[in-house]
Amino acid sequence: MTINKVANGKDLIISLAGRLDTTTAPQLDDELKGSLDGVEKLEFDFTKLEYISSAGLRVLLSAQKTMNKQGSMVIKNVSEEINEIFEVTGFVDILTIE
Amino acid sequence: MKEIVLDAKVDNLPQLLSIIDEELENAGCSMKGQMQIDVAVEEIFVNVASYAYEDGNGSCTIQVDTDPVNTYVTITFIDEGIPYNPLAKEDPDVTLSADEREIGGLGIFIVKKSMDKTAYERKDNKNVFSMGYSWA
Repeated sequence: MTINKVANGKDLIISLAGRLDTTTAPQLDDELKGSLDGVEKLEFDFTKLEYISSAGLRVLLSAQKTMNKQGSMVIKNVSEEINEIFEVTGFVDILTIE
Repeated sequence: MKEIVLDAKVDNLPQLLSIIDEELENAGCSMKGQMQIDVAVEEIFVNVASYAYEDGNGSCTIQVDTDPVNTYVTITFIDEGIPYNPLAKEDPDVTLSADEREIGGLGIFIVKKSMDKTAYERKDNKNVFSMGYSWA
């Protein structure tokens, strides 16, 4: 998985490519821990994300909890397959998917 | 039927998934099906790798039985670790808000929801977990 970050003031856009799974989720978790301070608008771009498992969902939930306290979080360009996982888990109601 | 025997280590997950994907692709399974199956396989295999063996050393046998005519696959996981029925775990409340939701407990729930059939038995001192999926 590759993580691409673009910060602009209090906005942060994170684009993910590849697979967000048990082996790669800790990488994103570490990245978020070091970059959410002072961020008020977090945007994920999933255009190139191919796969997500519960390990990835846990990181997203954790990020959502953080952003609920300090701003907002949106996820853009979610594929049909990944959206299906969000639906099954009720994450469609927790996350803001555009 | 394809049988794969691996050390129950998370590091072996990519290898396992690539073997399973190849089997599914050869059987004509849809992309959506492959992804749902991959997610379920990951949850079960990572569970075995993380908890089955107290000293962290042991194997996991995975049987992949595709039935292209009936567009159905059955995947069975066998380990010789401590008895554990993943299906006995209580489902998380998926209606709660983000702040109320706990981080965890989602994996097996996804498996139950996305697979058409799941079953567990303790047999000959082994955990035998199987799941079936129809991609029709």
